[in-house]
Amino acid sequence: MNFFKLIYNGAVKENPTFVLLLGLCPTLGTTGSASTGMSMGLATMGVLICSNAAISALKSLIPDKVRIPAFIVVIASFVTILQLVMKAYLPALNESLGIFIPLIVVNCILLGRAEAFASRNSVISSVADGIGIGFGFTVALTLLGAVREFLGTGRIFGLEIYPENYGALVFVLAPGAFIALGFLIALFNRLKNRSQSC
Amino acid sequence: MKKLKSTLPNMILSLGIITIVSALILAWVYTITEDPIAKVAEEKQIEAIKSVLPSFTNNPLNDVAHVIPDGETRSLDVFPAYDGDTFVGAAVSSYSMDGFAGEINVIFGFDANGTISGYSVIQQAETPGLGTKMEEWFRSDVADRSVIGLNMATGNKLTVKKDGGTVDGITAATISSRAFLGSLNRAFEAYMTYKSEHLNN
Repeated sequence: MNFFKLIYNGAVKENPTFVLLLGLCPTLGTTGSASTGMSMGLATMGVLICSNAAISALKSLIPDKVRIPAFIVVIASFVTILQLVMKAYLPALNESLGIFIPLIVVNCILLGRAEAFASRNSVISSVADGIGIGFGFTVALTLLGAVREFLGTGRIFGLEIYPENYGALVFVLAPGAFIALGFLIALFNRLKNRSQSC
Repeated sequence: MKKLKSTLPNMILSLGIITIVSALILAWVYTITEDPIAKVAEEKQIEAIKSVLPSFTNNPLNDVAHVIPDGETRSLDVFPAYDGDTFVGAAVSSYSMDGFAGEINVIFGFDANGTISGYSVIQQAETPGLGTKMEEWFRSDVADRSVIGLNMATGNKLTVKKDGGTVDGITAATISSRAFLGSLNRAFEAYMTYKSEHLNN
């Protein structure tokens, strides 16, 4: 498979949120607004590309029986680096994402891609897979964040569209995230089926 | 290259090398980011103190006092502000454990008479869209919401209307509102204790 096909595959065919339903904890937790959703997606994407590349490069040096702890150490190192850098140079963003940054370590997208893809493919393909999956995750989080922000507070990216008082509180809270995600998955599947049938 | 076999020495060596290399990289990144992180934290604190107090000329971080309010065990940081030699007020870094999720840290400013001159929420993990509104809510112009300009010197603690008080709490976030006012009352206690201990007037 070539580079761009891999990206397309990760972003659409195997979209982590809408198709694989991986990493739902940050998906539900950080999508209170479109901008936090997008920054969370980008942060995950950064770590995913680095960890995919590193694991793919190291794959022949990691014996099978200890691969999971080895993957986790690699992923945790990148997440910690990301957090230190964000704390130093992007303090506001770090604050709005809070605990979800360190929790990227246990995000199943990262371990899932390390196990299912990076440990079996070349470095270049793994980077492409990281970009694709990360991009798909970012788009999904941004969309979900935008929908929740719009229905809950009447804004998208902080831009007021209708007065906040008419917003439905439930979409700001966790149950609204489930409801919105369910509808988005339905919509995604419909679009996907339609594009495949014709 | 052939994959390493899962023998005991291989596994120990492989995991050992990976963890050591990771630790070295992390240590290196840490030394680079240590100073910027400390600077960001200090700037944030000074920024917060500036935003809650009238103008001052000293560096309140150097004159910090650790005050334990009556009947409590944890000390609060009181940052006194001077304009020349005149005491213009103090910023009190207060907290509450009664929030909806985790600890709330708020820095309150009191002028020399004890009137609330401002506040800034330093840390909170309340529900986004509800409790997080505390940053704007308690300074908005809507009747009974703002705590700025109030003075608790008469001995009345501030409470939300639901508890028979005078402050209009955040809609659908009474717990967060209670916690916020709790930290405010605590800050005022600390401020009065500080005044009676450090200022002879």
